[in-house]
Amino acid sequence: MKKTSEHWKLAPAPEDRSQATIASHYDLFIDGKFQKSAKGKRFKSINPADEKVLSEITESTDADVDKAVKAARKAYEGEWGKLSGKERGKYLYRIARIIQEKARELAIIESLDGGKPIRESRDIDVPLAAAHFFYYAGWADKLDYAFPGRKPRPLGVAGQVIPWNFPLLMAAWKIAPALACGNTVVIKPAENTSLTALKLAEIIQEAELPPGVVNIITGHGKVGAAIIGHKDIDKIAFTGSTGVGKLIQRSIAGTHKKATLELGGKAANIIFEDATLDEAVEGIVNGIYFNQGHVCCAGSRLYVEESVHDEVIRRLKHRMGTLIVGDPMDKNTDIGAINSSEQLETIQKYIGIGKKEGASFYQPACSLPKKGFWCPPTLFTDVAQSNRIAQEEIFGPVLAVQSFRTVDEVIKKANNTPYGLSAGVWTDKGSKIFNLTSQLHAGVIWANTFNKFDPTSPFGGFKESGFGREGGMHGLAAYLDF
Amino acid sequence: MLRKSAAYPLPTSSPTVDQVGVIERTSRFTARSIKKESKVQGLNMVLSMIDLTTLEGMDTEGKVKQLCYKAQHLHDAYPGLNSVAAVCVYPNYVALAKKELKGTTTGVASVATAFPSGNSSLKLKLEDVKMAVDSGADEVDMVISRGRFHQGDYAFVYDEIASVKTACGKARLKVILETGELGTLDKVRRASDIAIAAGADFIKTSTGKIQPAATMPVTLVMLEAIRDHYFKTGEMVGMKPAGGISKSKLALHYLIMVKETLGEAWLDPTWFRFGASSLANDVLMQIMKQATSNYQSADYFSID
Repeated sequence: MKKTSEHWKLAPAPEDRSQATIASHYDLFIDGKFQKSAKGKRFKSINPADEKVLSEITESTDADVDKAVKAARKAYEGEWGKLSGKERGKYLYRIARIIQEKARELAIIESLDGGKPIRESRDIDVPLAAAHFFYYAGWADKLDYAFPGRKPRPLGVAGQVIPWNFPLLMAAWKIAPALACGNTVVIKPAENTSLTALKLAEIIQEAELPPGVVNIITGHGKVGAAIIGHKDIDKIAFTGSTGVGKLIQRSIAGTHKKATLELGGKAANIIFEDATLDEAVEGIVNGIYFNQGHVCCAGSRLYVEESVHDEVIRRLKHRMGTLIVGDPMDKNTDIGAINSSEQLETIQKYIGIGKKEGASFYQPACSLPKKGFWCPPTLFTDVAQSNRIAQEEIFGPVLAVQSFRTVDEVIKKANNTPYGLSAGVWTDKGSKIFNLTSQLHAGVIWANTFNKFDPTSPFGGFKESGFGREGGMHGLAAYLDF
Repeated sequence: MLRKSAAYPLPTSSPTVDQVGVIERTSRFTARSIKKESKVQGLNMVLSMIDLTTLEGMDTEGKVKQLCYKAQHLHDAYPGLNSVAAVCVYPNYVALAKKELKGTTTGVASVATAFPSGNSSLKLKLEDVKMAVDSGADEVDMVISRGRFHQGDYAFVYDEIASVKTACGKARLKVILETGELGTLDKVRRASDIAIAAGADFIKTSTGKIQPAATMPVTLVMLEAIRDHYFKTGEMVGMKPAGGISKSKLALHYLIMVKETLGEAWLDPTWFRFGASSLANDVLMQIMKQATSNYQSADYFSID
């Protein structure tokens, strides 16, 4: 028997970049057409995997914001406001289908612009975005049945500000229910990741959605603040950091504006000794290393029952060794580029803090590209509840592990956080799952899985993770008045 | 390389398995994209790991001779190819196969122990093994007593494997679990642990006579049993999925699964085999496609 291989390494399998067109610059999408900004200042959008410029994006001014809100108001009071639910649904179906048709192009742009692996944008972000439009298209003409005996009415003009971790998906989460309920929208994507939202503007044009129903304007935080602060906005939907969420809540106090805020998290992922350990390890990996850990519901605090702690950590390290870190456009990449240099700095700062706090640090050996922003999957064991890496949201591929002995202990520790967005429970015992889910203070609790999303399921937080729900029937209520 | 009989006591329990999670994990293996050099390298590895098999009631000396010739001459139109790891036959053809393969690197494997059902006495099973070994078999593929396993008589299953292992002498023992008859992945894991403790050199999914034969989820659970044994003892055990793997692409994804679950040390015919009869030709077709950029007609590949 002849030895055939000392080393079997996968050859590069890059997705074909030429399948996507990115313009050299983008204007603002207001009132159904791309329009130049009043001032026309632009900033560069780069690919975090090679730091090369992809396109130039417009920095909106207050006047641009005002123009967008006016267009949305006009559409709401005009054609769109008079359309039946059935007709609104048709537009949403159309958008959903065009997203499916352009799925490959959207996935490529998402990975180029945001650094996430093409496998994830192709298999998760883009299909889920289409699914959200399909799902809410179905509700558009059935609102009376969703809330029997009540008279649901749209709120008016929604101002929406979304983050950089799931650019297209978050736009879909925000736009689809708003439109299904009869509202109009002014939305701002994050400055790092505007490209798929602008692609979505082209799709909306192609779907011949009436002008002004969706307005997509770009720029930095100041533009978001201008949208939220605009007096003619009726509803605010924000996904982002808890810090900004608090500012928003302060700024809208005393106004008529309704809000849903989906903010940070520091989810507990709890492994009991009777769990199916290999599947649990997979759940840990999906929980924290999915999308480079840039996930508000990431399972960033791992609690493992002491009797299986060492076994789980051994398997986890073994599994981490098989994760492929590198070019997001390669179909085999598991962990792509960190979204921006600022975020990489934050992550590295926390890794430094973890080391200083005395936790045991582990990263598998992997060679990283020279250009771009990279962080290998990172593991801290021997962590204490009082360590900052166990308390603060890092928003990167950094896992903090603690062990526990009793159910009561782990419930207390899991709830001992200002956040309350998500949690995970791993056990073979159904009764244990129900006990845990009724006592954990988190908006989403996964049992024997993690980071599973579906448009039919509501998503949202407790405590400083925000309020209001997106997705499912609950997601409709956030865009309706009764 | 040879393991000891009953080297470890009968395990008192086995880890549980979540089928949904296992299937999800295997879908990540099939999402791997294997291109260019890595594809060629992988295909050559697959060839070298094949146990070329004929286990028919109507087998003839002529067919066994042809199979042994093919094992050495997979595709003479393209010299330099690996030969397969072994040919796998019934005990009465072992002596012939051994003669045909004399002086080559290809081994002879024989099924035994009242293959495929295993419904016989231990005495007869051991005689079956003795016949294969005395005829010169390098490897013995036994079946476990699924009836006793389902009855919960794990000690019986364990003892039987240990006895067969002793009877194998210098031949390596592959223990066929016949996973298509076990019903759940939990039972696959339990049977794997029993076979490994009793001294199996390889654990093998199927006889090829029962559907479903090898699947990725079943193979993953068995690989995890091997990995856990390795973690505990540092001792390697081999794996052989058999039946149902007839396409190159699927075989490559199995190799990815082995690499990511066990590591590259197992990417070797000593530790990993495919039990298959039609896989070789599909692999050859793919190798020729990589070499010439064109798919050739199936008629260019001999069907022995």
